[in-house]
Amino acid sequence: MSEQTPALRLEDIVKTFPGVRALDGVSFSVLPGEVHALMGENGAGKSTLMKVLGGIYQPEEGRIFIEERETVMHGPLEAKAKGVMFIHQELSLAQELSVAENIYLGELPRKAFGRVDWDTLYSRTDAILSKLKVSFNARTRVGDLSIANQQMVEIARALTVDAKAVIFDEPTASLTDAEKSVLFDVIEDLKAQGVGIIYISHRMEEIFRITDRISVLRDGEYRGTLETAETNEDEITQMMIGRSLDLSRNFEELELGKVALRVEGLSCGKLFQNVSFEVRQGEVLGFYGLVGAGRTEIAETLFGLRTPTAGRIFLKDEEVRINSPIDAISKGISLVPESRKEQGLVLGMNCRDNITLPQVDDLKAGPFVAEGAEVSIYDQYRDRLSIKSPSWRTAVGNLSGGNQQKIVIGKWLSMRPEVLIVDEPTRGIDVGSKSEIHNLLRDLAKQGYAVIVISSEMPEVLHVADRIVAMYHGQVMREFDASEVTEDGLIQAISGITNDAA
Amino acid sequence: MAEASTSERGAARGTSSDTMKTVGAFLARQGILVAFILFMIAFTLWNPRFIDINNVFGVVRSSAILGVMALGVTFVVIGGNLDLSVGSMMSFSAIVVLDLHENPAFGPALAIPAMFAMTLCLGAINGFLIGYLRLNSLIVTLGMLSAIHGLTLTYSGGQNMDIANQSATWFDVFGRGDALGIPIPVLIFVGLAAFLGIVLAKTPFGRKVYAVGGNGTAATFSGIPRARVVFFTYMISAFCVATAGLIQASRTMGAQNTVGQGMELEVLAAVILGGASLLGGSGTIFKTVIGVLILGFIQNGLLLAGLEFYAQFVVTWIIIILAVWLDIATKRGRLWSPIA
Repeated sequence: MSEQTPALRLEDIVKTFPGVRALDGVSFSVLPGEVHALMGENGAGKSTLMKVLGGIYQPEEGRIFIEERETVMHGPLEAKAKGVMFIHQELSLAQELSVAENIYLGELPRKAFGRVDWDTLYSRTDAILSKLKVSFNARTRVGDLSIANQQMVEIARALTVDAKAVIFDEPTASLTDAEKSVLFDVIEDLKAQGVGIIYISHRMEEIFRITDRISVLRDGEYRGTLETAETNEDEITQMMIGRSLDLSRNFEELELGKVALRVEGLSCGKLFQNVSFEVRQGEVLGFYGLVGAGRTEIAETLFGLRTPTAGRIFLKDEEVRINSPIDAISKGISLVPESRKEQGLVLGMNCRDNITLPQVDDLKAGPFVAEGAEVSIYDQYRDRLSIKSPSWRTAVGNLSGGNQQKIVIGKWLSMRPEVLIVDEPTRGIDVGSKSEIHNLLRDLAKQGYAVIVISSEMPEVLHVADRIVAMYHGQVMREFDASEVTEDGLIQAISGITNDAA
Repeated sequence: MAEASTSERGAARGTSSDTMKTVGAFLARQGILVAFILFMIAFTLWNPRFIDINNVFGVVRSSAILGVMALGVTFVVIGGNLDLSVGSMMSFSAIVVLDLHENPAFGPALAIPAMFAMTLCLGAINGFLIGYLRLNSLIVTLGMLSAIHGLTLTYSGGQNMDIANQSATWFDVFGRGDALGIPIPVLIFVGLAAFLGIVLAKTPFGRKVYAVGGNGTAATFSGIPRARVVFFTYMISAFCVATAGLIQASRTMGAQNTVGQGMELEVLAAVILGGASLLGGSGTIFKTVIGVLILGFIQNGLLLAGLEFYAQFVVTWIIIILAVWLDIATKRGRLWSPIA
């Protein structure tokens, strides 16, 4: 392979931000027809490197080569013109336009007098779509497509140019298994056409399934490249975090307390129906299911953000109605929401103020906020959750994903809730912080909290939950005891297969 | 807050280039203050009369009305909204208080609280539509600008209001009086700025305004009554407008229906110039006060330079554009960044 001309090569890239060396001499190359994984914890420099490649950031040092010709990138359009395409995690499509218009946006084929040549546009688009074996056509409105299909549109866009390298940034974050295998087929096709592919993902299983080589970044430094066939998860993890990780299920069964929360026949329109469960003090109840199975909606209903259409909620055997988050908080329910940045934190606000936000009315010295008391609450949870932040004055937007999540958890622990609901506790968080947060959730149960963990990741629910509720299309399919559940049984349950022998 | 952490880290490393960056970051953060000082020096060199104590007092005094309004709008902007109705609302307040002053059933002592109550009702309409019905603040307050203007004209029948017997009332104290040699309008401005500055920086309510403007969804998820917070930012704005209307009416002892016309833009210019983000979540009362003074001194400087008064309207626009551009450029890290 080494004799081949790399499709793309980066040499000694250095990029600094005030006080941080985000990339410290990173070199990295992708061969044509190769799938090259780029791995590293959050904050390791992956996205900075991609922004340098896309011309969004200019590196202070280092060079970029495309097919061994040195080049300077000034922006995404230039990157595209030079054959470097990005498939972003967050989609950037115009929802109201057709698939064809999105794919050729900015370069629609023209007829006389500048009129759009629709026939050519649609036939070209359909030709590309047929390669992708998708179920929609050039005229479909993008807003009507699923997220997975929208991703296919982005990929189709990459196919319109003579791409030398295509970068996939966490492409499977919101895909189902079936959709994933279509994506992997497309990647195989691109590979066969001699395109170099950079594949960024946290998911080991995918990395080992589709990539040829793996490069690892840690703290902005290049740690090395390995042949996928000659390495294993442990080795990669060690390179990423500098130590090995134990993800096995090794916690002791906890002493169960009283029933903290009991839900009977709870329904909310079409979102979920007839959901019943209970959670005791000192246990972690897991909710597992696919995206859209209704898990988050149950959490939002318990937190007063949605109004149930039927059913009853009991806190410590007393029936309650929860009309608003304020209501939920005062009754002792806390929710660490699914989306840290959108729902969990005010990113421009400092760490201390974020943690004390829900109780700012109760922390008063006369008419003023008792800032001293706030600092000691911050200090307490910084120590307890080992939050790494330069100071309480630091804006949470400047912290890593893991530390941000700890701030959200700290915010809700400081409210001393009866029931703590945690929705996707480790989404977008690197491996190191992940196991820390898992241990933390177990610890909380040990201290007597009733914890509900909602997750789309099977290893996560298997690792932290005592019991697992499997959901499918707004229905509870089954409840499992974590000590006797099998992966097959869980998968069948969340896929809607009602086989009690599982 | 974001900059504080970067500069701390920079300072901890202590290399010379880091020191430069720290100084640079400090200047960028205090850019508005630095620009202000440079501007003052330049104008003083050019025309020493500029820094004359009487001139400075004159500027502060004439900025007081605008300044009082800007204090309220600061709350609205930090809460993530706009208030374009303050100019026409101020005309309304001035006309109403003058009319009631002349009404024998009221007199000055009752005219003032009655006017405050009526102005607060207008603020409540803004706050209700924007906070509770979640309508777009630009549309609501732009509509209110026009509606209140109509209301004022209907109320006054299109007539200017004047106080007939000026020697028989103590009403002129708010606009013309002074205490310890300091004009009352300036004292009101400074006092209100101190009070509202503390409310914003030190009370739970102030904290919630930042949270709602910084990330409304996260505020909801933290159990903050978002609608109520937004409602009260508009009530504060209306209170400030009423105060400004009182000073205006008292200063001229009469008013036209259009006395506050166009001030919404100047107020917004002062708030943005102070560094509050139009996206919400950032800004302080102190910065707004600086913004008000800068705007006042620039307008004064241009007058001294012999520019027509009317040129101020164009200058205000240029200042807004420059302030917004600098704000965006600091965030993006470059001046030139067109829509790709």
